[in-house]
Amino acid sequence: MSEKKTPNKSVVIGTIGSDCHTIGAWVLSESFKQAGYKVSFLGAVVPQEEFINAAIESDADAILCSSMYGMGAIDCEGMREKCIEAGIGDIILYVGGMPVADVELAKDWARVEKIFHDMGFNRCLPNTTSGPETVALLNKDLGLED
Amino acid sequence: MKPILLIDFGSTYTKVTAIDIEGGELLGTAQDSTTIENDVRIGMNKALDKLQEQTGLAPEDYFDKYACSSAAGGLNMVSIGLVPSLTLEAAQRAALGAGAKVVGGYGFELSKGEIRQIEERNCDIIMLAGGTNGGNKATILHNAQMLANSNIDCPVLVCGNVSVQDDVADILEAGGKQYYLADNVLPEVSQVCVEPAQEVIRQIFVKHITKAKGLEHAAEFIGRDIIPTPKASLNAATLLAEGSRHEAGVGSVLVLEIGGATINVHSVCENKPVNPNTVMRGLPEGKIKRTVEGDLGIRWNSDTICELVTPEGIRDNLRRLAPEVDADAIDPAEYTKFMRANTSYKPQTDEEWAFDVALAYSAASVAVRRHAGTAKMEALAMGEVEVQRGKNLTEVPTVIGVGGIFRYGRRPERVLPAATYSLRNPESLRPTNPNFYMDKNYILYAVGLLSQDYPDEALRFAKKYLVPVSREETGAVDVAEYIHKQSGQDEFQDLNAHAACHMGSFGC
Repeated sequence: MSEKKTPNKSVVIGTIGSDCHTIGAWVLSESFKQAGYKVSFLGAVVPQEEFINAAIESDADAILCSSMYGMGAIDCEGMREKCIEAGIGDIILYVGGMPVADVELAKDWARVEKIFHDMGFNRCLPNTTSGPETVALLNKDLGLED
Repeated sequence: MKPILLIDFGSTYTKVTAIDIEGGELLGTAQDSTTIENDVRIGMNKALDKLQEQTGLAPEDYFDKYACSSAAGGLNMVSIGLVPSLTLEAAQRAALGAGAKVVGGYGFELSKGEIRQIEERNCDIIMLAGGTNGGNKATILHNAQMLANSNIDCPVLVCGNVSVQDDVADILEAGGKQYYLADNVLPEVSQVCVEPAQEVIRQIFVKHITKAKGLEHAAEFIGRDIIPTPKASLNAATLLAEGSRHEAGVGSVLVLEIGGATINVHSVCENKPVNPNTVMRGLPEGKIKRTVEGDLGIRWNSDTICELVTPEGIRDNLRRLAPEVDADAIDPAEYTKFMRANTSYKPQTDEEWAFDVALAYSAASVAVRRHAGTAKMEALAMGEVEVQRGKNLTEVPTVIGVGGIFRYGRRPERVLPAATYSLRNPESLRPTNPNFYMDKNYILYAVGLLSQDYPDEALRFAKKYLVPVSREETGAVDVAEYIHKQSGQDEFQDLNAHAACHMGSFGC
């Protein structure tokens, strides 16, 4: 399961960890559906394991985690390592929303991004990113034409 | 009069039941040993002779005949999936709902050692799932190849990722295996779809298993297909809950079937969150659910039950359920070991009869707890959130007890509250305020069989012959009243949390 695979336009989307704000994840999943993606939408308060299990079973290209309540850094920690262990180490990981609570820190998005890059996330997007923008970014990361 | 003959080929006894569906009367019941090793008709004919003495009806006098079977070990299945909590779970649910006993479950890529285990299990059908539609392909292809290379000779039911269904079929074909195809049991990550696979299991049962189990002559006598007995019970539960064209159902039901070798729990109810803010986890639960506990039979597993519940636990139940007997007269550990070694032993003394009820209560309590879901408050960064896993049975209005203990036991109605909400396990979502019934005449299987062609008559018959039991007789506690009396005590704390969830009194 660990070999590099060809993209099949399948993503897993949910709100990670202890967060129960689903609207961002829901909007995102609608955008991906409209763009012709197969979406496994997991809803709110989703543990890392559930994202990973769904990604294995649906042979997903990417896991997109929404986090709006400022504790995203805690909830996302260890996700990449678990993916590696589960045989999907190459999967693309995005986090988006308001993943850090610190207002000063949030002003300097490059620092926020670095926190998540260091954790193994491919992209960290602020809550001002639209659904179609996110789709375009993933298409680019997967080497697909827009 | 329009008499119908119903037969259940059990693992030990062949039971026969005669029903007049025109008058809705039970005409008679009889049983004799199941003679599967020689010819299953020997025991059946003996039972039919006994029935004829009661009813005066010869086999050819019946207007119609139906039969189900759990003889020769019942229907044993192995399930194979990818992620244990996803496709494997879905495959196991499909097997259980079709009336099978799941004798092995395997996730991820099968190893040679696991293939050897499957070969040794001697199962009747293997379910091969894995991958959502368009999802993972590598694992099911690998597992198909492993099965193709093995010595396994039972039919393989392919019910995984449909994108590779043909490739899987080719691999099994090349390996000389019999295979059947059905829709994916998990077409999407959050969508379980068991019915198509269950229909194919039924076809395989009729085509292969009936013959393999030596039931083909019985099928000839009946003149129609024999179905697995647990499937008949599940059909009866579904009919009772949903009703038929001209007869209203009771809404939802929980059937607790206590046997010597297993406990079956059937529930028919829509799964709802315990309150609107509850976060639901795990695979979505279907309306019809069956679980079977192979380690909780009150004869073959009496010693296991004692270990699980502890001797002191059983004794506590005995004291509470039968205050009239001396609970210290029996050593639970020794007596349950004795029963395990003498599975056909019948209780002799008052204490032993009462102990049987306590043992059944203890086992049933575990079985229903495993069947029912849970709701727990989990402390999260945002405060507390209620998280529900599995099926919410709190509002199920009907609990029915089935099995030998309800026919032959002494005051078996006291077993029934084991299926209900308990202050000791407030997170377990069992019925809080149900009405109780007992199947004293062992008619539930017959109702399930009849429901195939005579649903209205079957339902009327069930309503007539299931025996209602008052809450006082069962000894069940009114939870609300109990809280009122006990408020301030330890258990109140737990319950308070639960009651709070029901009122939806938390944020988020």
